[in-house]
Amino acid sequence: MRFISEYRDAQAAQRYARLIQRIATRPWTLMEVCGGQTHAIVKFGIDEFLPEALTLVHGPGCPVCVTSVELIDKAIEIASRPDVIFCSFGDMLRVPGTKKDLLSAKANGGDVRIVYSPLDALRIAQENPSKEVVFFAVGFETTAPANAMAVYQAYQQNIRNFSMLVSHVLVPPAMEALLSSPHNRVQGFLAAGHVCTVMGYTEYEPIAKKYRVPIVVTGFEPLDILQGVYMCVRQLEEGRAEVENQYTRSVRREGNRVAQQLIREVFRVIPRKWRGMGEIPESGLGLQPRFAEYDAERRFGVAAHTVEESSECISGLILQGIKKPHECPAFGTRCTPEHPLGATMVSSEGACAAYYRYRRMPATARVIKGS
Amino acid sequence: MAEREDFMLSCPIPISEYPQVLLAHGGGGRLMHQLIEKIFGPAFKNPYLDERHDGAIVNFNGAKLAFTTDSYVVRPLFFPGGDIGKLAIYGTVNDLAMCGARPLFLSAGLILEEGLPMETLWRVVRSMQQAAELAGVQLVTGDTKVVDKGKGDGVFINTAGIGSIEHGVSILPKNVKPGDLILLNGDIGRHGIAVMAVREGLAFESEIESDSAPMNRLVLRLLDAGIAIHCLRDLTRGGLASALNEIAQAAGTGIAVEESAIPVRDDVQGACELLGLDPLYVANEGRFIAFVSPSDVERALELMRADDLGRNASLIGRVTEDRGGLVRLQSHIGANRILDMLSGEQLPRIC
Repeated sequence: MRFISEYRDAQAAQRYARLIQRIATRPWTLMEVCGGQTHAIVKFGIDEFLPEALTLVHGPGCPVCVTSVELIDKAIEIASRPDVIFCSFGDMLRVPGTKKDLLSAKANGGDVRIVYSPLDALRIAQENPSKEVVFFAVGFETTAPANAMAVYQAYQQNIRNFSMLVSHVLVPPAMEALLSSPHNRVQGFLAAGHVCTVMGYTEYEPIAKKYRVPIVVTGFEPLDILQGVYMCVRQLEEGRAEVENQYTRSVRREGNRVAQQLIREVFRVIPRKWRGMGEIPESGLGLQPRFAEYDAERRFGVAAHTVEESSECISGLILQGIKKPHECPAFGTRCTPEHPLGATMVSSEGACAAYYRYRRMPATARVIKGS
Repeated sequence: MAEREDFMLSCPIPISEYPQVLLAHGGGGRLMHQLIEKIFGPAFKNPYLDERHDGAIVNFNGAKLAFTTDSYVVRPLFFPGGDIGKLAIYGTVNDLAMCGARPLFLSAGLILEEGLPMETLWRVVRSMQQAAELAGVQLVTGDTKVVDKGKGDGVFINTAGIGSIEHGVSILPKNVKPGDLILLNGDIGRHGIAVMAVREGLAFESEIESDSAPMNRLVLRLLDAGIAIHCLRDLTRGGLASALNEIAQAAGTGIAVEESAIPVRDDVQGACELLGLDPLYVANEGRFIAFVSPSDVERALELMRADDLGRNASLIGRVTEDRGGLVRLQSHIGANRILDMLSGEQLPRIC
């Protein structure tokens, strides 16, 4: 299939594997930021193509995983109201809150619907004027423009029965939080290609400089990731710490300015609590005061409450790249996709779920042929 | 007897994870198998049920019969390449075919929702009649119930079927052994995507049609030619990945498949990429896998490819010496991973 199979070519993958092996003289630890990349790495077995001394750790870029328990509980509370149609992207439905998930809220009679776009939720609001329609706005900068557009259109068309439970998070503050941690072991980043499609990569340039860490904007297909790893290792070996763009077919340095403008108009930067990582300053998006009436938390007065996360779950360490899923004693035993202790086991983008589905053991066999 | 007592002791609800039934319990994945293993299996325990096959194979007065049942709930009722009526006939016919049986008689129970247009009912019934004719089965008994408006989804159908087994081959998961090769009769994922495209209002350049078809003739052709088939399984909910896992677990063997040998049409692949789905888990209604002795594979492939329903048949993998019922997949780029069974239905990913 065009535009897909070219990026999954086995021989080209082997060539990149050999190139990486040739230039890597020392052990390096890289982090892929985005959950979509983690998913591709484990699904295609990309780490089996890398030299043993090179470690990929899986970053916090899974919006499903980092959404706080409080927000999941609020979502369930709102979705359980008889006057509400609650719309969400599919994989949020199985994320456990304190007691249950959105699928259970649905089984209890809540009207919970999977949508592919926030604009679908807006359409549902127009078709059901007697209902309150709430969209669970989850995601990084990638999904922010479409969510902003939904609020903007609701405002313009005066659709009053629509609101949004906003759980938006931002990548650069999370990267800085990781890099300034005393436990940090990440030496280079594969930045999230689709986040940069929207935002560009100028905001990563000061991070690369300040922390002396190479950052390569990387795509999601196997060859994208292998090329991203190659570019990152090459910088490390040459002692450089720059922002480079592997994903040139989608990303420009300045990003999509129209989308950025829309995000700024509808959202403002706020502190955000990340599941497993705690509160990070200036790491989230909330609605601008002008659009406050579309804020579901305000509209439904969902009580602010704090929740203790499972003490057994080490998802915080996993999201920071300090531990790998199979290093957790509960992995695959007390914690499975059917009975997750934490969100990294729930979302298909979560590192634990990806390991459980595709591996259930550390990568051992290397598949690099020749040298 | 001991197992039965355990079951009684753990009453009333042996499943601790979920206090109520979720949609995922009907998704053909791990949760559905938990229902089978923890509730239905222990409750009705008998040698026929314990085979965990698509239907029961029973000996009755010297005749060998296959007996199966299935219920059909699909929204929308009509979709490109099929409708609920056709599914209800072919689904049960195919379950009988997977037992190596010649389908003979079907029953049909219709649960109709008050207010259903008579014309819709007529279209469904016409479709069932044509499907039965094409599959060579007779619908010999039936039942109708009507539920209050809002308590059904237009039409629900249950069919049961009886078929006769006229050859000496034993087709069961437990007969699968290391070395067996696995054949697939064509490209996967078309039915699931056809239904989803209508449901989500997606338009493609050319319409993707369901692969819904009766597979009994093709299976009997293989059996008549004396192909040593050890097991058959149709790929329905949960797709190819779930079928492979079911067989591997029931047989206690390992399975290794190659992703690049599994045919997926470009338009189906494109829709899956767009929707964040994996075609290996998408539903089919006219596809099956056959576990065959290596010595018969060439001949089996030739026979399959000579049939319209097996035009794109391919050899996708083999049964390995591994124990523990794990399925391994060699990915497009040549690395290996586990091909797991999902919890329930696939949920579309965020980004």
